[in-house]
Amino acid sequence: MTESEPISLEAENVTVTYPSGQTALRDASLRLEGGTICALVGVNGSGKSTLFKALMGFLAPARGTVRVAGRPVREAQKKGWMAYVPQAEEVDWSFPVSVADVVMMGRYGQMNFLRIPRAGDRAAVEESLRRVGMWELRERQIGELSGGQKKRVFVARALAQGGRIILLDEPFTGVDVGTEEAIVALLRELREEGRLVLVSTHNLGSVPEFCDQVVLINRTVLAFGPTDEVFTPENLTRAFGGALRAFEIEHSTVDAHDGRALTVLTDDEHPLVLGRSGHLEYRRRAGREDLVSEREKKAREEQPPAA
Amino acid sequence: MDALLIPFRYDYMVTAMWVSAVIGAVCGLLSGFVTLKGWSLLGDALSHAVVPGVALAHWLGLPFAAGAFATGLLAAGAMAFIKLKTPVREDAVIGVVFTSFFAVGLLMISLRPAGVDLKAIVLGNILGIAPADIVQVLVVAVAAALLVGLKWRDLMLFCFDPNQARAIGLPVGRLHVLLLALLSATAVAAMQAVGAVLVAAMLVTPGATAYLLTDRFGRMLGLSSALGAGCAFAGAYASYFLDGATGGCIVTLQALVFLIALVFAPKHGLLATARTRRIAEPTDLPGASLGTDTPTSSLPGGASQARPSN
Repeated sequence: MTESEPISLEAENVTVTYPSGQTALRDASLRLEGGTICALVGVNGSGKSTLFKALMGFLAPARGTVRVAGRPVREAQKKGWMAYVPQAEEVDWSFPVSVADVVMMGRYGQMNFLRIPRAGDRAAVEESLRRVGMWELRERQIGELSGGQKKRVFVARALAQGGRIILLDEPFTGVDVGTEEAIVALLRELREEGRLVLVSTHNLGSVPEFCDQVVLINRTVLAFGPTDEVFTPENLTRAFGGALRAFEIEHSTVDAHDGRALTVLTDDEHPLVLGRSGHLEYRRRAGREDLVSEREKKAREEQPPAA
Repeated sequence: MDALLIPFRYDYMVTAMWVSAVIGAVCGLLSGFVTLKGWSLLGDALSHAVVPGVALAHWLGLPFAAGAFATGLLAAGAMAFIKLKTPVREDAVIGVVFTSFFAVGLLMISLRPAGVDLKAIVLGNILGIAPADIVQVLVVAVAAALLVGLKWRDLMLFCFDPNQARAIGLPVGRLHVLLLALLSATAVAAMQAVGAVLVAAMLVTPGATAYLLTDRFGRMLGLSSALGAGCAFAGAYASYFLDGATGGCIVTLQALVFLIALVFAPKHGLLATARTRRIAEPTDLPGASLGTDTPTSSLPGGASQARPSN
């Protein structure tokens, strides 16, 4: 069956030009496989949302192709493989629809001409709503939910649709920390099921915590691949130019007497922290002890301690 | 009692009432989409843009609906084209295009006034509607009701989340054109009842009223359609006694119903929102803070009541 074949997403030399004549994206190429959570990272105006739309098939590239498991995007859309979780600001929350209505919209592609729900559609809606913990609130009008609940409704819609490539546009904007963790846990489950989860974000710091792959964008695809390979100081400078602010501990008042006991606070976004050699530092040591000892070993080999 | 039945003794009144009701129903149905898609201004624009088409149809001896429909779609196309090709803002584009079309229509009618009654186009003439025009209205109404009946879920998704519609492979471009065509066609039909100037009301007010009354799209469509039909029927009926313009009667009645909903709607009405605000701020009870009965003690409560609800 087609459902068991592994999913992949491939862009080849995609160039997008808007009717105004402006080229938002030039020669963008990438290849991603199922079973991954991948971040699309770039500043505003980097062509990130243009690439996003081209990958979803919302706009046709002037040149180049996008293929899903070797097929045209249009075919993947018809099969219901392409699921989309919109940004909170894009949704009209006062629209007269209930939570269950929204999730049912994920099923429209599979329904008959009149879009009359059958038992299978209702079962899919119930299953996905239960999975995100929103079944009890199914009768609520969507505007009567909290930020995190709203996000979960649209994730449930992607699940009910049976999406194999799920794109989330800025999923953590306006969502509290607890909900962010719950969503990340859910995304990890989707990855284990072999789906391809794409997250568009401008929040660098959250990426190493839950994305195993990254696509860096600035007018084209600068780099793509495993997060720790792509997130190098050189790549980040190319992607962000002067848009990043750095706090370099080496040049700061932080000194040996502080030991490693430093607390970093930010008002909104997670900070992205790089070690001395430019490698990624993670928020929690638990679960990454091997990485720490490996780096320690490597550092000792490279720089024998002074006598 | 007998006096109330007088309008039913005249054929032209009976015709006016039921034709108005049919038009009201189909406009009401469409108004659900118009209000949610944010197309209120566009509805107004289309109703004015059909006028040159009516004039042209009269010159060429074609059914007025065909000409009106054609210029309505032409105007919609012109707006889409200008919006795509220039940075001019959408409301300005709509404003420029529909007033231009309307002006050209007025000019055409004034140049060759013989065939067309300007007053009938601008203000409507449901009391004197010709049998051929009734047929046109019925064809438009049945076709629109049928198409919406078949495709309302797709159109709802198109209004609510066009990107999702695209993502699951629905023909979004065709749905857009379908909704525009339905709007143009109903604008033409409604012109008969209330005139070009008031068509926008028929295409907006019932939807806005129904929106205040329910949180479900399907129910909203049913309600707005019933409100449109009811107000049009009752408005035409009342115009007999008031001896006033039918269009004015229908739209005034719609506005009154909207006002009632605005105040008394169970959840979104002004009274209901004031009530929920009171429940949300129970500490506003006077004297609850310090137990003193001096007039100043009510000030903190008064101040917090003035806070915005969210």
